[in-house]
Amino acid sequence: MKRFSFWSVARNALSSHAHWPRQWRSPEPKPAYDVIIVGGGGHGLATAYYLAKEHGITNVAVLEKGWLGGGNTARNTTIVRSNYLWDESAALYEHSLKLWEGLSRDLNYNVMFSQRGVMNLCHTLGDVRASRRRSEANRLNGVDSEWLEPADIKRICPILNLSPSLRYPVMGATFQPRGGVARHDAVAWGFARAADACGVDIIQNCAVIGLRREGGRIVGVDTTRGAIDAKKVGVVAAGHSSVLAEMAGIRLPIQSHPLQALVSEPIKPVLHTVIMSSAIHVYLSQSDKGELVIGAGADGYNSYAQRGSFHVIEEQMAALCELFPTLGRLRMLRSWGGIVDICPDASPIIGKMPVDGLYLNGGWGTGGFKATPGSGWVFAWTIAKDAPHPINAPFTLDRFTTGALIAEHGAAAVAH
Amino acid sequence: MSQPKRLAEGGLIDRSRPLSFRFNGKPYKGYAGDTLASALIANGVHLVGRSFKYHRPRGITAAGVEDPNGLVQVGRGATTVPNLMATQVPLSEGLRATSVNVFPSARFDVGAVLGWGSKLLPAGFYYKTFFGSPWLWRRVYEPLIRRAAGWGKAPNAADPDRYDHRHHHCDVLVVGAGPAGLAAARAAARSGARVVLADSDGRFGGSLLSSEVEIEGRSGSDWSDQVVDLLGQQDEVRLLPRTTVFGYYDGNYLCALERLADGPVRERLWHIRAREVVLATGAHERPLVFAGNDRPGIMLAGAVTTYLRRWAAKPGARMVLFTNNDRAYESAVVANEAGIEVAAVVDSRASVDPALGKLLSSRNIRHLTGHVVTRAEGTKRVTAAQIGRLSGDRIEGKAEKIDCDLLAVSGGLSPAVHLFSQAQGKLAYDETLACLRPAQGPGGVHSAGACNGTFDLAGVLAEGARAGASAAQATGFEASVEVLTVGSPWQHGAIEPLWSVPTASKKGKRFVDLQNDTSVADIELAVREGFDSAEHLKRYTLTGFGTDQGRTSNVNALGILAGAVGRPIGEVGTTTFRPPYTPVTFGAMGGRDRGDQFDPARLTPMQDWHVAQGAVFEDVGQWKRPRYFPKSGDDMKTAVARECKATRESVGIFDASTLGKIDIQGPDAAEFLNRVYTNGWKILPVGKARYGIMCGEDGMVFDDGTTARLSDQRYFMTTTTGGAAGVLDHLEEFLQTEWPDLRVRLTSVTEQWANVSLAGPRSRDVLAALAPDLDLSPEGFGFLQWRDAQVAGLDARIFRVSFTGELQYEINVPWHFGQALWDAAMAAGEPFGITPYGTETMHVLRAEKGFIIVGQETDGTTTPDDLGLGRMVSAKKDFIGKRSLSRADCLRPDRKQLVGLLPENPAQELPEGSQLVEVDHSKRPPPIPMIGFVTSSYWSAALETNFSLALVERGRSRHGDVIEVALKDGPTLARIVDPVFYDSEGARRDGD
Amino acid sequence: MLLINCPWCGARDEIEFHCGGEAHIVRPEQPDQLDDAAWADYLFMRGNPKGRYAERWVHSAGCRRWFNVIRDTTSHRILAVYKPGEPPPDLAEPSS
Repeated sequence: MKRFSFWSVARNALSSHAHWPRQWRSPEPKPAYDVIIVGGGGHGLATAYYLAKEHGITNVAVLEKGWLGGGNTARNTTIVRSNYLWDESAALYEHSLKLWEGLSRDLNYNVMFSQRGVMNLCHTLGDVRASRRRSEANRLNGVDSEWLEPADIKRICPILNLSPSLRYPVMGATFQPRGGVARHDAVAWGFARAADACGVDIIQNCAVIGLRREGGRIVGVDTTRGAIDAKKVGVVAAGHSSVLAEMAGIRLPIQSHPLQALVSEPIKPVLHTVIMSSAIHVYLSQSDKGELVIGAGADGYNSYAQRGSFHVIEEQMAALCELFPTLGRLRMLRSWGGIVDICPDASPIIGKMPVDGLYLNGGWGTGGFKATPGSGWVFAWTIAKDAPHPINAPFTLDRFTTGALIAEHGAAAVAH
Repeated sequence: MSQPKRLAEGGLIDRSRPLSFRFNGKPYKGYAGDTLASALIANGVHLVGRSFKYHRPRGITAAGVEDPNGLVQVGRGATTVPNLMATQVPLSEGLRATSVNVFPSARFDVGAVLGWGSKLLPAGFYYKTFFGSPWLWRRVYEPLIRRAAGWGKAPNAADPDRYDHRHHHCDVLVVGAGPAGLAAARAAARSGARVVLADSDGRFGGSLLSSEVEIEGRSGSDWSDQVVDLLGQQDEVRLLPRTTVFGYYDGNYLCALERLADGPVRERLWHIRAREVVLATGAHERPLVFAGNDRPGIMLAGAVTTYLRRWAAKPGARMVLFTNNDRAYESAVVANEAGIEVAAVVDSRASVDPALGKLLSSRNIRHLTGHVVTRAEGTKRVTAAQIGRLSGDRIEGKAEKIDCDLLAVSGGLSPAVHLFSQAQGKLAYDETLACLRPAQGPGGVHSAGACNGTFDLAGVLAEGARAGASAAQATGFEASVEVLTVGSPWQHGAIEPLWSVPTASKKGKRFVDLQNDTSVADIELAVREGFDSAEHLKRYTLTGFGTDQGRTSNVNALGILAGAVGRPIGEVGTTTFRPPYTPVTFGAMGGRDRGDQFDPARLTPMQDWHVAQGAVFEDVGQWKRPRYFPKSGDDMKTAVARECKATRESVGIFDASTLGKIDIQGPDAAEFLNRVYTNGWKILPVGKARYGIMCGEDGMVFDDGTTARLSDQRYFMTTTTGGAAGVLDHLEEFLQTEWPDLRVRLTSVTEQWANVSLAGPRSRDVLAALAPDLDLSPEGFGFLQWRDAQVAGLDARIFRVSFTGELQYEINVPWHFGQALWDAAMAAGEPFGITPYGTETMHVLRAEKGFIIVGQETDGTTTPDDLGLGRMVSAKKDFIGKRSLSRADCLRPDRKQLVGLLPENPAQELPEGSQLVEVDHSKRPPPIPMIGFVTSSYWSAALETNFSLALVERGRSRHGDVIEVALKDGPTLARIVDPVFYDSEGARRDGD
Repeated sequence: MLLINCPWCGARDEIEFHCGGEAHIVRPEQPDQLDDAAWADYLFMRGNPKGRYAERWVHSAGCRRWFNVIRDTTSHRILAVYKPGEPPPDLAEPSS
């Protein structure tokens, strides 16, 4: 891998950038791999990268049905934080956040991780109570978290409407200074380039249409480009977890819903942190390009269509105009939808499946982007060792049988 | 001189209404009917702004929504709007507009230094650098990038304007009022169908407003006006000018934004459910890609025609036309007729229809076939075009320079397929027309005219009429197609794609996406680096991600990509189109759901009284509830202590009207309750009430409340205030979908009954005064009983329940008598110092008794047993959620259980949400094991200490243990105690 | 904005309804006879097909009655609406 740096850009400028190599190869699939990762999004590519980097397993293929990073990696609002309520979640997302903090250098790719802080607003006494509980738990779990009174909020975000006459006035907020946003596409590309450099084959336009089993064990996959053998298969196909699990006869507690988001036209900086309000369903940040990046709640019905209903966006824009009255004349430039796989407890499933050789990482709901490096890291461990890492050990499929759920939806109605 | 570039006559402007406006501080004049763009051109202003990345000077390049460059900030202060296209701003008196993203001005922009270093800024350069030092990234690089990015500025004060939503149903929606749309609307309207015709423009007619054609013996604009008049007279037709249909959603649901010229509403957002839709959205012209093709004065050929014909504005004095197709020749002739010197028509095709050559020679216009413009010269305005001979993919022979101040370009037409694609229609690349056009449409959508790849006027009108008629027919109307006689000197003719002009020199950027400064070299770099699918290319180079959404650049980029990867355009993929077609104002989407209408506030009949008393309110669900009633100068603690004391010692009065109430009737009502509550309900006698807990099917506590048996087959259920709607939904769901055999009906009566609650030892005296005929002795009206009675002359139903631990009567009267009862109770209670209390006091009193609040002591992971209510869980019967309670995790011995908590220092507050750890654990490094948390915490006037409820691991077996409350400012100690702090023997329930 | 044909009220906008997930999941007669896995299957495990899905909807802001819908989750097209207790109709038409 030719390393990226200011000097490499400068050097290449002398030759008009005519000699940059491909950032990843475009190989033909080999007949067999040690590990096949199904899904070339951020999580799948991260899994492949950490399999190679941490566990020395490089005979790996990532199979992507479309273009890499084209699923939810390309469709989210890029928020990164780790201020979750339950110990299990805090450990997982904090592990991920620590990886984010060194990710650009580790991947030699600027994923533009911007620790501009994430603020979760409270609008009712119940909100305040739940948020303080979460914030206190964060502190004891080593996750940075501050409680902000309205005056502190005003200082950090002067354009926020803190009027007590608001229908649901802002009563306070939790703030995670280390949280922020990242450039979503670059995360997929950075992991792809780094995994490719370790020898991982990234195969795009290759859809898995079947899981091949022999004697109760997964032995490979059938794809639109032919059968490929594999000792282990890891499914990391957000938006299609159920479809792939069904190929192995496994029923999941997952439902796939549309989740919509939008951006404004680019404007000069007005918002320097990430603002989230789960009570009135709006969250936004301003990208480095100047667009306000805004997310809504999930649509209520199952869908694989990558689009939702407009009234969901309208409700959320009413909330946004309430909270940010100076932004009312700005305009929506683009909107889009992703498919989110939602578990009943709003926490993911990361681990071994009831069929030997099959592993699943899915059900991240609306909040998977922030977990990208941590998710890949623990999933790589799980595949390499055929056993979960302590961090993802609680995130089993079995928890739905024992009842040991990790109920994050109660703690944050919107778990972005 | 005023409007120096305005033609002496012609155009669809109203010369009797001159308008003054300012651009970048300088005063200008225009006419009604102008856009800001046409008025600027009439004033000879071409340099409008700077580009995004390199800050190169840019001008107006188009006449419609496709213009990538002419972005302006309009207005000031609270009503300013950033990033409007000058082509989309109707000129108005006093309009003020400025360039965006320039410092200090568009003419002298210091950002232009970025252009000198452009070699260091290829596509995606920021992914390759700036990450060596996180500190530098955070403190230096990123702030610099952010400051450089963004176009205009947000307003600095709240938007004062109003926005409306409208909902509309129609048989046929016609989008676009150009020739195809007008023909379609006319055909559909004649059938009697309900028709809506919408167009972004304030004036219907589309391309007819700037073409020299004859329809039915009239000029294009006259014919258009006549059709519009005709449509306007029909009752079933609604015309929506200045209305952009921006989104095509499921089930033929389309959203449109109407811009209102004046009046109390700025914009109106239409939600149109159409049975059939005709798309007549036209096409956009593409530019050609050559070195320096971004200079002000370089303009789409069709735009030159439009500015001259529609606005009588002259975009230049000496023009060169550069084209790859027949259609663009019209602009040379129109320019020539308007007195512009046409120096040459440069056509990249080696062989061109000889008729076009003759036409040019008849006007003494030089015709260079097989030639291309290799470079445009000039900086703030084009000064000359360098011409070369095209041979295959090379330029041959000696270059020639032709001076010009207007370079018209045309690379062919791209149908506006945005809405068709949003409707899930499939597109295909048409080799002959060199464009993407609709291939396979979903049902209910008809594309007509240029948006369907039909470019000749006669064909456009015929296709429009056919589409309108068949749309009407599909909705059950009889429609016919009438054939119009058309005279048009111009045919669409032929085209030979030219995606970019080859260059041997590295000098001069060939721009593809003018707004994002994406050049051919950037696309080639992206492909070299492996970003060779259409979506990767767009994302890596940002092509098409601008406010123009790449209308002029997407197809060119695909063509260049296809060339670079050596595959046909049809195979490299198309772009996806998502809503909105053009940007939509946030405020318009929010509509009237603002302020008080953001979410309806539910108010009890005593609301006005509470307000008059100066109550402080809290939001509980949608309800406004008084939290406490401060007397002058009281803080909450003082007020609550006073309210608690009065209630415990004498009598308090509480508005409990918000409690959810459900009337349950039917022969199987008892069986039904037995299945939804955890405890048994079959033997509850008439006249009695009982407390019950409901679980979800997951076994977790879902709601609680008392339910009374009113008669053999009738029950009155109360729920929590916030949970009422959810409980009714939950009950209905099970009743209808799981147990349809049960004969039970449910009715919400929450807002039928106002509830005045009297609590405290003197409550009996107050009630006795109000209901003298009622036997209130403990024997005559026992705990958990109800009575119908006359209270203060009102028909009332009284429940003897208690959420305070005191003697308590909940008096229900019909909703509208709530205030009357309240007034009577206040008067009757006066001798006893009756004191109104709010939810905060209610919380304190119930917490002193260890009563839980669902949602406070529970969080969706709490079982009845966790709350110490295991005795209320029947072992004998099934109920919703019972099976879940025997799962392994619900039987864990270390589950968190409800306990009381007393700080070792009574003055020490233990804030709600505080985490609990074992003694001395707070000092350990994280993660610190947490054994529980504080759910409720108050000052108790009765106990003279702070006290809390908490959920603690194995808490019930730990009464007496001291633990640590891990407060942020340092730990404090607290003792685990029984959760019932006050009157544990229940002596006060029947009064003193 | 889906257009949903309530079997009692007729076609109405989606905003009047609430989706209740997979249809035809029957609550076990005797939950205490089930092992944890079988109970978890009833409680949490759901079909989530890409294509036709039989799901429950309730006309929350209308008649408040539940009914079943067969909808294609890739196109959002509603192929059938039927009352509770009725078997899913036999749809000959291939899924889009």
